[in-house]
Amino acid sequence: MHEVSLAGGILQVVEQARVRDPFERVILLRLEAGALSGVEIGALRFALEALSPGTILEGAQIEIIEKPGAAWCMKCSQSVAIFSRLDLCPHCESAQLQPTEGTDLRVADIRVV
Amino acid sequence: MCVVCGCSNSTATVSDAETSKTAASSVSSASVQPVVHAHTGDLHFGAGAARVSVPGMSQERAIQIEADVLGANKAIAQENRAHFASHGVRAFNLVSSPGSGKTTLLCASIEALRKRAPGVPVAVIEGDQQTSFDADRIRATGAPAIQVNTGKGCHLDAPMVARAFAQLDLHAHHPDHAHDHEHAHTHDHTHGHEHSHDHGHSHDHSHSNDHGHPHHHGHSHDDASGAILFIENVGNLVCPAMWDLGEEAKVVILSVTEGEDKPLKYPDMFAAANLMLLNKVDLLPHLRFDVVKCIDYARRVNPAMRVLLVSAQTGQGMDAWLDWVLGVDA
Repeated sequence: MHEVSLAGGILQVVEQARVRDPFERVILLRLEAGALSGVEIGALRFALEALSPGTILEGAQIEIIEKPGAAWCMKCSQSVAIFSRLDLCPHCESAQLQPTEGTDLRVADIRVV
Repeated sequence: MCVVCGCSNSTATVSDAETSKTAASSVSSASVQPVVHAHTGDLHFGAGAARVSVPGMSQERAIQIEADVLGANKAIAQENRAHFASHGVRAFNLVSSPGSGKTTLLCASIEALRKRAPGVPVAVIEGDQQTSFDADRIRATGAPAIQVNTGKGCHLDAPMVARAFAQLDLHAHHPDHAHDHEHAHTHDHTHGHEHSHDHGHSHDHSHSNDHGHPHHHGHSHDDASGAILFIENVGNLVCPAMWDLGEEAKVVILSVTEGEDKPLKYPDMFAAANLMLLNKVDLLPHLRFDVVKCIDYARRVNPAMRVLLVSAQTGQGMDAWLDWVLGVDA
């Protein structure tokens, strides 16, 4: 459900970009969603499509790139790839993992006219 | 002939552009100067449209943004954090599913704090979709409370908390500070204490119009204990995990009438919290709730999680919880 708020945040980021560098509308919106960001990609896409009519995002193609997660394993002292917060270290099976990457939802870039 | 590169094969016409669904070949519908090569798909940036300067027409181009979608919220949360610190306020963000007993626990905590540390002002920001029932319950204890109704929203965000905090006057409830009020208003906001607001920020900042409000910047905080602000988030174990409100710590409350597997079912929230309060432990004899397993699950998603067993009903564990709140448990 928070994807609706996130979609609003994305629109805000794009509108701020337009203030800095004016354009008419967005034709491609590229997002990066980390595997640990707590974002449900299908719900986010739905929310963006629901929100976009009447905004500069209307008609924009939406590309959401899933970024893998990474964590620092405190037992083996190395960075390991993880795909959810429930994953154990693939090497030592420890749960002592500190997520380091894939925790953000970012607007990567936009293509505009 | 292609007007972009002069090749004879071009069919890059207005109708092509309009019927194309791909982003790369969509050009302004008013275009008589296509900027996309119809055969190769090459983009001729800077080649025509902008230079021709047809009104209402602009060129397709890419804009790098690389912005965190929650960045605006995080920036305001940082301002809240600085604001709380400048007032000597320690803020805690209480999160849980609906029905975990947050409000009952808060009322009991306020009563217990009043006995234990009568000089420490306590205030509450209550988040719910609708009604002021919870704020009414808090006010009945004598503590000031501001209800924030999120309407359709499923969580509190940093701007809501900034506005709500501006409505609270934690100091006014501190008898030792009464004599400070007169000179408090003469203080400039930027000296006297560390108060790092950035009012030149581009985003909407609700503090800017709050300073006419009886909101006493510039106090000296001679009482080490400061004030406590409890922020009771909307009952929801999913969304509030992502919104930083400027709190010192998130406290997740899980009641033993819920499943012990909740930390695994809602890992984002348990990962974001610093302390888990296992509430309603007076009911344990009547339930099949495996406390050890629950704590194991919580530490699996958050190895640093602190856990306290409490009962708002019987008062069990309240001392340890208040130790934590007052920062005297270290």
